[in-house]
Amino acid sequence: MTSLATATLCGWLDGVGVLGPGLDNWAAAQPILAGETDYQPRPVVVPPPAALPPPERRRVGLAVKVALAVAQEAITNAGLDAKHLVAVFSSSGADGDNCDAICQMLASEDRHISPTRFHNSVHNASAGYWGIACGAMTPATVLCAYDGSFGAGLLEAMTQVTVEGVGAVLVTYDAPNPQPLHAKCPLPAAFGLALALMPHRGPHSLACLCIDLVESPLHRVANPDLELLRRQIPSARGLPLLQWLARGADGRVILEYLEPLSLAVDVQPCR
Amino acid sequence: MTPLHLSHFTASSCLGCGLEATLTALRQQRGGLAPCHFETIGDLDTQVGEVLAVDDAPLPAPLAEYDCRNNRLAFLGLQQDGFRSAVAAAIARHGRRRVGILLGTSTAGILQTEQAYRRRDPHTGALPDDFIYRTTHNTYSVADFVRQYFRLEGPAVVVSTACSSSAKVFASAARLLAAGVIDAAIVGGVDSLCLTTLYGFNALELLSPDPCRPFDRDRKGLSIGEAAAFALLERTGPSLDADAVLLLGTGESSDAYHMSAPHPEGLGARMAMAAALQSAGLQAADIDYINLHGTATPSNDAAEGKAVMALFGARTPCSSTKGATGHTLGAAGGLEAVISALALQQAFLPGGINTLRVDPATPIQYLTANRDVAPRRVMSNSFGFGGTNCSLVLGRAG
Repeated sequence: MTSLATATLCGWLDGVGVLGPGLDNWAAAQPILAGETDYQPRPVVVPPPAALPPPERRRVGLAVKVALAVAQEAITNAGLDAKHLVAVFSSSGADGDNCDAICQMLASEDRHISPTRFHNSVHNASAGYWGIACGAMTPATVLCAYDGSFGAGLLEAMTQVTVEGVGAVLVTYDAPNPQPLHAKCPLPAAFGLALALMPHRGPHSLACLCIDLVESPLHRVANPDLELLRRQIPSARGLPLLQWLARGADGRVILEYLEPLSLAVDVQPCR
Repeated sequence: MTPLHLSHFTASSCLGCGLEATLTALRQQRGGLAPCHFETIGDLDTQVGEVLAVDDAPLPAPLAEYDCRNNRLAFLGLQQDGFRSAVAAAIARHGRRRVGILLGTSTAGILQTEQAYRRRDPHTGALPDDFIYRTTHNTYSVADFVRQYFRLEGPAVVVSTACSSSAKVFASAARLLAAGVIDAAIVGGVDSLCLTTLYGFNALELLSPDPCRPFDRDRKGLSIGEAAAFALLERTGPSLDADAVLLLGTGESSDAYHMSAPHPEGLGARMAMAAALQSAGLQAADIDYINLHGTATPSNDAAEGKAVMALFGARTPCSSTKGATGHTLGAAGGLEAVISALALQQAFLPGGINTLRVDPATPIQYLTANRDVAPRRVMSNSFGFGGTNCSLVLGRAG
């Protein structure tokens, strides 16, 4: 393996949030990923975005609800305050329901889409609602690298942590598209994964993570159903890292990025 | 931050393709907005900044699957000012994996999907077979297209934070360079006309019937434009020409206030500008010109005006060039960084056109005519939906 970065990027993982089919939260997902509990696939139960004021709560779509839920879980688990963290959101496509509704209207006789539909159409709706929900005026970015969106998000979050010396919450999320978009971009379920990353070790630190860009075969998830999720949903490309953490394993886990590069994460658990 | 060199840059908008056309239009205070007859639109009383040459810029055959208005505009932009050769030289210097691509867009190729929805199968509702989502509509498609076009193998990403997208790519690229992950970055923005943005801003009642008039007392809203702007960002070499343009600082913040309205006091905007100054190690008095976000909506200009007044007072010359180019949304940060770089190299301050009476409620030093003053350091502001803010500080090497 050839290391491509001249500097390795390291930070401390203080909190995890996860939500997907049969994965209700990080506490429930850990024994499943560790192989101690059976995985039971079932529809995703997305908690309502309680932190948003009622008008905004009514307006958000599924993708944003997933993003907000895992982001909140990660920083709660980390004992952190969003007001002190930069936020890095990354999604392969964001809100397909909203996009479908707009495109249907624009293809009809009456093209007058609603203002809410329009402002929800921006890829950064997640970051906008997140800021409103937690009052965080810190920088927030929103990325897309299609199937490499998890890796691109982790790379951006780790450069924030190491270069700017700030804590960052990485939030990757996807939601399924309705037909006819689904046929062109099939995502089987909603999925979200968030990591709270800090420049220094703290009382909540779970592990030290160092990342590098390498050329190396990808790690898979041991459970075949979860492995299928990893292959089908870009934000689930981070599942092998969660499996590593759930098992308390140390060593290098290889995640999908952009061909021909993969993202290597060296995991050193805090014991 | 450590200053970075904009070793090459280019822009194409309704002012024309490439730097010479852009500079000529700015020097002549000529705008490129025209009544909107875009695509099938016949019911919107507004002006657009359309790049007419896009229709004549088909993609190279091996990249045909990327064909959509946004990628055609990107391709057209890459052909200007020797940018393609500059990228090739950077690849030769640094290697295919050490040149990153960080581009901003808000629309990507969504027009392709809008049109495909009109061609749905009447029986099944299916989208046509020739419609490819990944390489056209998907937000990442423009960075993927550029990566394939230059056969690059390094990091790539699209930042999509509405109208701050292609300013924020400079900040992300600077971090990747500082971390040693890459040695050069193709940064910039590409955003293209589509029905979603035109009917969307119409729904918000923010489209001006006349060419937009930023900071005018009687401003009536914005005019939508499209653009492709690119810069090659590298570490500074041992010797730089005096007119070399440097990225000196970046500042980012969030309003945490409303999805489509700015913080009324411009607090987020002020924080981004202050952070950019701090990142550059400069004071407000060191800035010779501000290229404002200046969309010409009543609330945006009022909020930005308050933020500028709070930080700079009335002493710093500033203007919005959106009266000339229209608001190019996800490309605005990149386009206006290039316009700011031209101001630094060509020794002038571009006046904002269409503005007849500057709003007395915002007593900033708003320029309505070009000024022959050579700026040494300039700031460029980009703010967007979702309360996202980014300010850049650019300066001359000497």
